[in-house]
This record gives sequence, C-alpha cells and structure tokens, in this order.
Amino acid sequence: MRYGLLILALTSVALGGCSEGVLNPKGPIAGAERLILFNSLGIMLAIVIPTILATLAVAYWFRASNWRASYQPDFTYSGRLELLVWSIPAMTVLLVGGVAWVGAHDLDARKPIYSTATPITVQVVSLDWKWLFIYPEQGIASVNQLIVPVGTPISFELTSSTVMNSFFVPQLGGQIYTMSGMVTHLQLQADHPGTYPGLSAMFSGDGFADMRFTVDAVSDNRFAQWVRETHDTGPVLDPQSYADLAKPSKAMAPYTYRAVAADLFSGIVNTASAAYNQSQSICSTSQRAER
Amino acid sequence: MNLLGKLDWNAIPLHQPIIMGATGFMVLIVVAVLGFITMKGAWFYVWREWITSVDHKRIGVMYIILALVMMLRGFSDAIMMRAQQAVAAGGAQGYLPPEHFDQIFSAHGTIMIFFMAMPFVVGLMNFAVPLQLGIRDVAFPTLNSVSFWLTASGALLINVSLAIGEFSKAGWTGYTPLSELQFSPGVGVDYYLWSLQISGLGTLLAGINFVTTILKTRAPGMSYMRMPVFCWTALATNLLIVAAFPILTAALAMLLLDRYLGFHFFTLDGQGNQMLYVNLFWVWGHPEVYILILPLFGVFSEVIATFSGKPLFGYRSMVAATMAICVLSFLVWLHHFFTMGASATVNGFFGVMTMIIAVPTGVKVFNWLFTMYGGRVRFSVPVLWAIGFMVTFVIGGMTGVLMAVPPADFQLHNSVFLIAHFHNVIIGGVVFGSMAGYNYWFPKAFGFKLDERWGKASFWCWFTGFYLAFMPLYLLGLMGMTRRMQHYDDLSWQPWLVLAMVGTVIILGGIVCQVVQLVVSIRNRDKLRVSGDPWDARTLEWATASPPPAWNFAVQPRVSGIDALWSSKQRALATKGDLSPARVYEPIEMPKNSATGFVSAFFAVVIGFAMIWHIWWMAGLGVFGAFMTLLAFAFRRHTEFEVPAEQIARFERARQAGVAA
Repeated sequence: MRYGLLILALTSVALGGCSEGVLNPKGPIAGAERLILFNSLGIMLAIVIPTILATLAVAYWFRASNWRASYQPDFTYSGRLELLVWSIPAMTVLLVGGVAWVGAHDLDARKPIYSTATPITVQVVSLDWKWLFIYPEQGIASVNQLIVPVGTPISFELTSSTVMNSFFVPQLGGQIYTMSGMVTHLQLQADHPGTYPGLSAMFSGDGFADMRFTVDAVSDNRFAQWVRETHDTGPVLDPQSYADLAKPSKAMAPYTYRAVAADLFSGIVNTASAAYNQSQSICSTSQRAER
Repeated sequence: MNLLGKLDWNAIPLHQPIIMGATGFMVLIVVAVLGFITMKGAWFYVWREWITSVDHKRIGVMYIILALVMMLRGFSDAIMMRAQQAVAAGGAQGYLPPEHFDQIFSAHGTIMIFFMAMPFVVGLMNFAVPLQLGIRDVAFPTLNSVSFWLTASGALLINVSLAIGEFSKAGWTGYTPLSELQFSPGVGVDYYLWSLQISGLGTLLAGINFVTTILKTRAPGMSYMRMPVFCWTALATNLLIVAAFPILTAALAMLLLDRYLGFHFFTLDGQGNQMLYVNLFWVWGHPEVYILILPLFGVFSEVIATFSGKPLFGYRSMVAATMAICVLSFLVWLHHFFTMGASATVNGFFGVMTMIIAVPTGVKVFNWLFTMYGGRVRFSVPVLWAIGFMVTFVIGGMTGVLMAVPPADFQLHNSVFLIAHFHNVIIGGVVFGSMAGYNYWFPKAFGFKLDERWGKASFWCWFTGFYLAFMPLYLLGLMGMTRRMQHYDDLSWQPWLVLAMVGTVIILGGIVCQVVQLVVSIRNRDKLRVSGDPWDARTLEWATASPPPAWNFAVQPRVSGIDALWSSKQRALATKGDLSPARVYEPIEMPKNSATGFVSAFFAVVIGFAMIWHIWWMAGLGVFGAFMTLLAFAFRRHTEFEVPAEQIARFERARQAGVAA
C-alpha cells in the first residue's frame, strides 16, 4: 500500500512534465486548480501517512505473540487522547476547509479572468454527439474544433441541445455541465500555444466516447487569419442547417461555418427540444416563451 | 391489442453470443441448484426452514447468500469493462459495442450498490443485531421476511433483464433527461426503475423494523450506553434508511410518471427540470453511502476489540462520532454536482460540510488504533480485513476530501479519479467490512469456523488486487480520462488500463479463494467445529450456542454493563464459578412461519415484469394478488407458537455435555 502511494506520488511528478492531463496545466485557471490540488493533498498527507504507519506499527508491536509488549486491558479511555483524537482531524479540516472556501470563490466558474486583453466570447452547444462552438463577435462557428488566441480570456456560455454533457478541457482547467434550456458559464485562458484535448465528462449515450474536440491555442495574428479564412468558406449556420446538425451522429470530423444566424444561440436555449423532436416541442416552445 | 404488451420474441437477444452465453450459464446454475434440492428430496426442508422462515438469523443468512451471488454477477460486469478498456485504445473498438458496454456499466453499479452491498449490510444486521441486543427476534418478524423477499425480487428482475429485453444504458444514477422516454425509449430504464422501487420498498420496511427493534425491544438492563457499537451503527444506518429511501422512491416514482403517463417532472419540454432529479437522487445518494459504511464501522469495532482482547477504546466517542456522521450525511449531497453551475458560496458551503464529516470518521480510525494499543492482537482473518481496511480507507477518505475542494473537483469530477475514489472507500470499506463480518460471524451462524489459510489467501488477493486495479485509475483521472468511455484515442492511457485489468484478475483470484474457502470449510466442518464463543469475544451473541437455537437464548439475558458477555466471563473467572449454572427454563413464545414474504414477493415480480412490458392485465392481477396476500396476513388467527420448557432444557443439557466433552 505504501508502495502504491509512493508510486502514485512519483509517477505524478514524472507525469507533470509529459502528460496531457490536469497535472500539466497550460492556463491560469488550470494552474491555480493544480496548486489547490497539491496544497490540499500536502496538508492531508501530513496526517494520513503517519496514521497508516502508526496503524501498521501498533498492530505489529501488539501482536499476541510478542511478550515484550505490555498488555493493558484497562486502557479504554483517556480524556487527553480523546481531545487529541478529535482535534487532529478538526485542525486538518480547518486548513483544507479554508482552502476550499477561498478556492471556491477565487475560481468561481463565472468570475471573469483578470487581464488587459479583451475577452472573447464563445458559445458552446453540446449535441448528440459533437460540440458546436459559436463565435458571436466574429460571426463564425465550428464543430469539434475550438481555436482560441493565446493569452486572451475566453468567456464561455454553454448549453445543450439534448441531454446533459460536461464541457471539459483538462489542461485549461475546470469543467461545467451543459444543460438544455439553460446557460452555464465558464472562463478559461490558454497561456501557451499548442493543441489540447477536450472532451465530455458527462455520459450522454451511445456516441459519448467520440464526443472529443481539440483546442488549438494560437497567436493573435494566427487567430485573426483563421477568422478571415473561415469567413470565406463553408456553409452558413442558420436554423435549417442547425436542425441538420442536431441529428444524432458519431465521430464527426471538424469543420467550420462561415456565418451564423443572429440570435441562434438564444434560440437554441429557448427551444432546445424543438430541433430534436419537432412534434413534441410545439407546446413547450410557447410555454418557455411565456416564461 | 396485444395481450403481452411490448413483449415478443425479439426481446430475447438471440443474435448476441456474449449475452446468450451469460444467460445460458445463469440458467444452468439455477437448474443445477433446483436439481440438487430435488435430488436430496429437500424441498419440504427448504420451504419450512428457509423460504417461509421468519427467524432473523435465517433471513440474515439468505440476505448474505443473495449478496454473494450478486457479487459474482456484478464482478463479471467489472471484468468485462476492464477487458474492454484494456483493448479499446487508439482506433480499436474492443469487443463490446457501445449499446452493450453502456448496459454493463449501468448494471455493474446498480447491482453492486443495491443488490450486493445493501443485502450484505442488511444481512449482517439481521443476523447479529437481535443476538447482540439479547432478544429472540426483530420487532416484526414477518415484515422482515417480506423485506428480504422484496429485495430478492428486485435482484431477480435485474437478472431477467439480461435474457429478456435489455438493461438501462443511463448509468446506475439514471440521470435525466437521458433516462427519459425521449432518449431511452427501450425497456432498460423501466427494468432499472421497477427493480429499484421493489427492492427499495423492502429496504425501507427493513429500516422501520430495525429502528423499532433497537429502540424498543432490547434485553432488560441494556440501556443505550450499554449497546454494542455495532448496534449503534445499525441504529444510525436504519434511521438514515427511514429518512433517505423515501426520497429515492419519490424521485424514481416521478421518473416513472414521466415515462408512463407523460408527466413533465424532469423532461426537456413542458417546463420539466432535469436538475431536480440529480438533486433528489443525491439527497438520497449521499446518505446511502453512509447507510452502507456505518454498520461496517460497527463490524470493525467489534472485530478489533475482540481480537485485541480489549474493550473498544473511547466507546462514548465512537457513539458520538457515529451519530454525528448520521446527521451530517444529509448536509453534503451537493458535492456530487459542484460543476452544475451553483454559486461559489453554495459550492464552498457544501465543500466544507463534506470535510467536516471526515472529522468523526478520523476519530474512529484513531480510536481503533488505540484499541489495538496495549492489546494482544491475534491476526485471524477478520483482523486482516480490519487492518487492510484502516490502511485503505484513510487513502480513500483523503482523496474524497480532495474532491470536496470545489476547484479541485472541477478537474476531477466524473473522471476515473472519482471511480478510483469511490471504489477505494466502497471496496476498502464496505467489501472489506463485509468480509470481516462474514468471517467473524460465520462460526456463530453455522457452528464451524471458516478455513484460515484460504481466508488469508483471499484477503491478500483482494488487497493487492485492489491497489493494482485502482491506483492506476487515480493516475488516469489526473491524465484527463473520464468515466464510462467505451473506447479512447490516447494510447498513453493503455498501459495503465492493462495494469488495472491485471489487478482485477487478482481480485478474481481473491473471489475464487473465497469460494474454495467455503467449500473446504464445509468439507472439514467436523474439524472446524466450535463452541459458542470461539473468538473469546465480548458481546451477547457469543453467549449462546453456535448455531443459536431458534429462540436465541434459553433464558432472557440480563445486562449489567457494557460488553455483557466479557464482564460475565470475568466474574466467572473471579469467583471460579460456572459460567452457565443450571437454571429453571420456561416455555418461550415464538413467531410462526409465514409464506407472506415469499408470496408478496412473487406478486411484486409479477407487477414489476408486467409494468416493464406494459402487460396491464397482468399488472392488475399482481396488485390484486398482493392485496389478497395482505388481507390473508391481516386476518390470520395464530401468529405464535410455544416452545415447551422441556425442549429448551434438552437443548441446553446437550450443549453443556458438548462443552464438557
């Protein structure tokens, strides 16, 4: 067991340099989250390791065959020890609890990232089984591929066309559920150029395993160039082509839309089920509109 | 109109060799067991002594048999998933298509929680609590039989789903809207819902029964602060059952209304709220975790105290910690969905509450440590499980607290890190505890010990297998692997998943050792035969014969302190007196056998199956039958019979002679 923990610790360190996971952050949010992870782990290991060692040592020393160990059948209560026994975990929890409370506020998914650069808004829609990314300020959209400029905060607004999913880019930090008829918020930023895997963290049906996308963090110039190029090619995303896109499909290759109909995202939020099942959603659309 | 509803020959997946193979294997086992009983001419015995028995010990044993059988089923699912993920890397799709893989992980979770862990825990409480309290049975013996048979009905329905139709593909949590008719139109989710509703009713009735038993029917002199710690933890668990299970029943009932009658509780349209289901599910789901683990904390307390030859250290502290966990467990459920978009203050509050629950748990670990301190620890099989638990559980607790930190959870939520965490506490806590309890109380139930060598081999396989199977998952979670993936692209994950597969095979070795242990012990039972008190134990269940007679105690015990048996043994040593002097025996009133449980469970299966397949007339018949069973039970005349004093005296004389010889 101790070896297991040791191996875990060692490989974690080793992996920090080479993996694509949460231990290899590429942005301020993921970096802060990793720091909190390590801080909490450190505080707790300070208690957990001695406890494990003490358990094994006490059990071994007081084995029935060891006649050097003193038998004290009346050692059943000690006020001082009880105080100690309650205060050790309480103190630990006080520390980790502080980390949790402060961290929850500092890294609130809605809180904008402080930066001199102007944030970019990306609207995310999870569909069966692919991701749609709408750039409202640029008027373009892409499927299963997210291009972002390095060093610029990205403000995500997320919803779902069908069931729940969870939008997750481990190396940029955090995840948030996407839910039909609702908008959730997430702020991320990439500090280093590169390609980072993104995926859904909430099981959503048969095509779930293929709900992957890539995040390409590129320079400002490269991003502007991509926006210009995208404007020139590809189909237009309007309610009609969105309805086509919303039909279930698996492992779709990335592509882009040169233009996006105005208010498409809020339309999806308000009539989420309409595209999926035209016949059932007529009444729901009107009810949601009333609301 | 079709008389069989949605049911036709297409429901049987004849074209799927894996499923048909598993079905054939299951049918073969059932036929073999039935054939064996017929061959031995034992049907009358099985009916009278087991099926219609209302004896809490027999029912406890049946619960544990159910749990062990379902563990084999759930473990087959586990090893199939591990094999799939070990091969389905890069472009490979493995051998399980998504629609099959999704059913397997849904069935694995559902079976392990509801039909393995729950029956094991309830079975141990059934067997030990009345004996520890020094009473003859639970408060409502027939209700107890109904509880068991309803649980078995749910388990039966889940197994039927393998052969007829399909199981849910929405995970063991059945999150809406995925589990709604719009996205899961098949019968799978209905199998899930009806089997949980039926077994959930059984669990709720068991909870009511045990709360009443512990609060109202203890032996004279057994005040609350003299109850064994296992009874305290059983009380806490059953209070939680009574408070939490109705929430699950209500949530599942709302989902049933959505699916059957077009309601809109959790649908996407009609102003349904999908988040409400998630909330309700976990308002039950988090207390459920403590429903499972608390009685096993009790088992560890008994085992560690007994095998250290010492009273439990800090008994009052342990009781306080147990009840603190009982209350706090209702205040933490939101940590299951920090990433659903709640505000920082809400997330922070539930994060801190989650950590606070670690305080009483930590206290327990330290108290077990101090119980061993100054003791004479005998390393029997139950102690190995207990020490393995202490070491493993603190790691699981640590990773749990780690995920209670909201920013960390944003990275770890729904990853295989989470899978590793809850298997770390459920295997390291619930399974290890169940195995400790099984080895500890087996001689009490059957009069002979389990083989030590095979027991130790089983422990070491489980222990090393667990670490090999789940430590890689912690790592994979940090590498960004999420749960429930039928295949994956990242080839760097594969070696770790192969390692996890190896660990699972070692756990399989542990399970094989357990089966061999049972067979070897039954074969050598004459050599392993024991007296009433084989472990030199402390609590009342060891004061009577092994196995105990139907009436448990020839004379109602009178309790004058904590660890009732230990103190009477000490007094006997001090006065050099006889431990159980000849007494005058009186006749004892015992509850009569009843087929109510079995018959009502039969109708429950009929109702469940009929509702799943929309066979409305059959469901109507089932409801009618269940109601008539209730009427028949309500109007019965003779509920008890008298065991004559002479029979008790004869039993006690034989026992004394046995002890003397």
